[in-house]
Amino acid sequence: MQILGRTTRIDFLGRRRIAAVVSGLLMLVSLVSLLAQGLVLGLDFTGGTLIEVAYPRPVELSEVRQRLAGGGLGDVVVQHFGTARDVLIRVAPREGLASADVSTRVLELLQEEGGGPAMRRVEFVGPQVGEELAEKGGLAMLYALIGILLYVAFRFEYRFALGAVAALVHDVLITLGFFSVFRIEVDLTVLAAVLAVIGYSLNDTIVVFDRIRENFRKMRRGSALEVMNASINQTISRTLMTSLTTLLVLVALFAFGGEIIHGFALALIVGIVVGTYSSIFIASPAALALGVSRSDLVAPKREEAADDRP
Amino acid sequence: MNRYPLWKYALIVVVLLVGVVYALPNLYGEDPAVQVSSSRQPVDAALRERVLGTLRAQGVPFRSAELADGRLLVRMADTEAQLKAVDVLREALGPDYTVALNLAPATPAWLRAINARPMYLGLDLRGGVHFLMEVDLEAALAQAEERYVDDIRGLLREAKIRYLGIRRGADGIEIAFRDAAERAHAAERIRGTLQGLELAERDAGGVFLVARLSERERREVMRLAVQQNITTLRNRVNELGVAEPVIQQQGEGRIVVELPGVQDTARAKEIIGATATLEYRLVDTEHSVEEALAGKVPPGSRLYRTRDGRPILLKRRVIVTGDQIINAASGFDQQTGSPAVFVTLDGAGARRMLAVTRENVGKPMAVVFIENKVETRVVDGRKVRTTRRVEEVINVATIREPFGKRFQTTGLDSPEEARNLALLLRAGALAAPVQIVEERTVGPSLGADNIEQGFRAVVIGFVLVLAFMAVYYKVFGLVADLALFVNLVMVVALLSMLQATLTMPGIAGIVLTVGMAVDANVLIFERIREELRNGNTPQASIHAGYEKAFSTIADANITTLIAAAVLFTFGTGPIKGFAVTLSLGIVTSMFTAIMGTRAVINLVYGGRRLKALPI
Repeated sequence: MQILGRTTRIDFLGRRRIAAVVSGLLMLVSLVSLLAQGLVLGLDFTGGTLIEVAYPRPVELSEVRQRLAGGGLGDVVVQHFGTARDVLIRVAPREGLASADVSTRVLELLQEEGGGPAMRRVEFVGPQVGEELAEKGGLAMLYALIGILLYVAFRFEYRFALGAVAALVHDVLITLGFFSVFRIEVDLTVLAAVLAVIGYSLNDTIVVFDRIRENFRKMRRGSALEVMNASINQTISRTLMTSLTTLLVLVALFAFGGEIIHGFALALIVGIVVGTYSSIFIASPAALALGVSRSDLVAPKREEAADDRP
Repeated sequence: MNRYPLWKYALIVVVLLVGVVYALPNLYGEDPAVQVSSSRQPVDAALRERVLGTLRAQGVPFRSAELADGRLLVRMADTEAQLKAVDVLREALGPDYTVALNLAPATPAWLRAINARPMYLGLDLRGGVHFLMEVDLEAALAQAEERYVDDIRGLLREAKIRYLGIRRGADGIEIAFRDAAERAHAAERIRGTLQGLELAERDAGGVFLVARLSERERREVMRLAVQQNITTLRNRVNELGVAEPVIQQQGEGRIVVELPGVQDTARAKEIIGATATLEYRLVDTEHSVEEALAGKVPPGSRLYRTRDGRPILLKRRVIVTGDQIINAASGFDQQTGSPAVFVTLDGAGARRMLAVTRENVGKPMAVVFIENKVETRVVDGRKVRTTRRVEEVINVATIREPFGKRFQTTGLDSPEEARNLALLLRAGALAAPVQIVEERTVGPSLGADNIEQGFRAVVIGFVLVLAFMAVYYKVFGLVADLALFVNLVMVVALLSMLQATLTMPGIAGIVLTVGMAVDANVLIFERIREELRNGNTPQASIHAGYEKAFSTIADANITTLIAAAVLFTFGTGPIKGFAVTLSLGIVTSMFTAIMGTRAVINLVYGGRRLKALPI
């Protein structure tokens, strides 16, 4: 069985202007959303307390709120988590409240009488730790990009490296933009997913670049654009196939992995869709726009150097 | 064409065997077990006989007992026997031993003999408490300076060097002198005795000597503060009766505490999180409490309150602080049989205690318990942490006779009270206050759900990919499926060998490698198809497919490894788990997807005349 029976001849690069407009718009929307409303940062970054409890019966949120009202906890968010029996309680960090005691207080309030819920999970992150994590996360992203830039520049050529990084920035921006636009919470696992997307999207891009380098050596004739087009066409079935299998697994993870892993799976799903698109429509056109030519990748022959002698 | 040398097949078979053997322990379940350990008594064959004898006498059925890593592990037939055994043993062994519930891997002996163990499950999968505690290093340094102030005072007095005053200032300990000659004399003495100090002279506004902790001494103080906290935490955790707790230093001043299986987090926090210190002070019997209450507190004294709120006047001078207490245990006075607390002090503490008690026989002495409650406030949009001290007198006793290193406190109402006081004394023996800065608790039901859901996601994702590959690449797809399965076994084997912690994100990492491991095969197979389309023979196509795809696969995987390495370096707990499984998966997939599939395909198609390939 084959998705694409023969080597296709689609003019991918001919559509690069349309792609640039589409990507530009998506990036603009992401950027505006990120600047205007930012990300819904999870507890990992903001600090605070999160308590997940399971009731033996479906419970009204108002009932839970009422119980917590008199506890002097301040800013409390109560919501269902998955089912009507599971409740998630978030308490913002607040002055005058010894933060490590908050979870104890909440559980006491909920379990005061019989029929109370069972504790499923408690997470408390001090504000200090949260700030450190946010800082570290940003740094991690930066270092990953620099490391990759160096490796690709070393293996290929700096314009390819810039093309690859342009695609990565594109992917990260749109993935984060997606989380910003739809107000989905970003926690530590989402950050990990975004970093994994960087690795994955690069994977795709490298495969295409590899083929471009090979074809520059093989196809003696043909412009850079034609060589790139041919390379993308030759690798397109692999690109789609790999993305498809990875997406299969991720959809399984999203559907069956439980609530905790939702953000992680979603970030990867979005990232891989965007990453696959960018490795076709962004990375190579960007390298082309920077002026990559055959001589940049094919080592000059020895005789040419000898010709310089009088 | 397309034949592998024998050694390559041999290598693959050996790797495969090792992988299977080391992955095997994960298939066996766990036995309910009871763990006996002690920080005071030896855990040896004699204890083993005693424990087993007790269990036999009480008719509690057990399977086997083994001594390892300073603890005794008794495997039980079922959880009912396990619970009963804990009760029986706690009763029989007394407070010197810690008896805890545990789960022992039911790995067969021959596997245990080659050190094959099941994967270590993280707290999110097995349930338990994770605390990150921060040691207040500034407070530890302040305490060290405080001690040096006392030392300098004693030293100068002993050497009969006159000074005008000594106090802790902003940039160190400031000692004022009348003239430079005295100062030089003092500096010489201090340099000779107290090596941890760096001295500087200052002449602005008087003749001063400024003593500061040297860089080396600062480091040493901080190291000791963290170390002592770890030791104290370990002792406190022992009191909780937790099997396999993890207490580790993280970074400069942080301590990770992981308590698998602990449910009662409130109690755990009470015992672990109480950031407390102690002070022994003399009671001021010369002045009246009433006058002090009216606002006339004598200069050398301070007003305190007891636990039940009564006011009491204590001398300002501290005799001994909590970090000088080595041990405190509750028991019974040998002569009267009444409840008592036995306290042991370190050398410096003992000398001070002896000097003070010798002069104050018949006078009362009080123990002040100081709790440090840390609060975070927002001031001008910035987060500021403040420590509030709550001080209360927990015990007042009369000094009957001079004592030093060891002494006992009697006059307690009940054994219960003696136990509480001993616990508080031990709890107060922390060098510097610690504060919980992160807590992650996972209930047992959620842990079980996580394992189940994670496992299900892996299986479903795995089966989907297997089916898809088989349909899409036919025989070659089946070969890739086999490689994928072997890859999974090898990741599990490596995780078990390294005893790396498997967490929920770790499972996500495995799931992701399943998706990405096929990528190498997709690259190769697509390449083979391409070569076939270009009119090459099947054998040449197989060869070229593997050959040409290799550098692409290497490039792609190395870049992913870079991302994983960055994740590992900058991530904490759960993220690290993800990075570890992802990296392991990438490395093993290189082996299985390239060498493994090639071996099978060579075995099936190698050296034969082929008209077409089922790809």
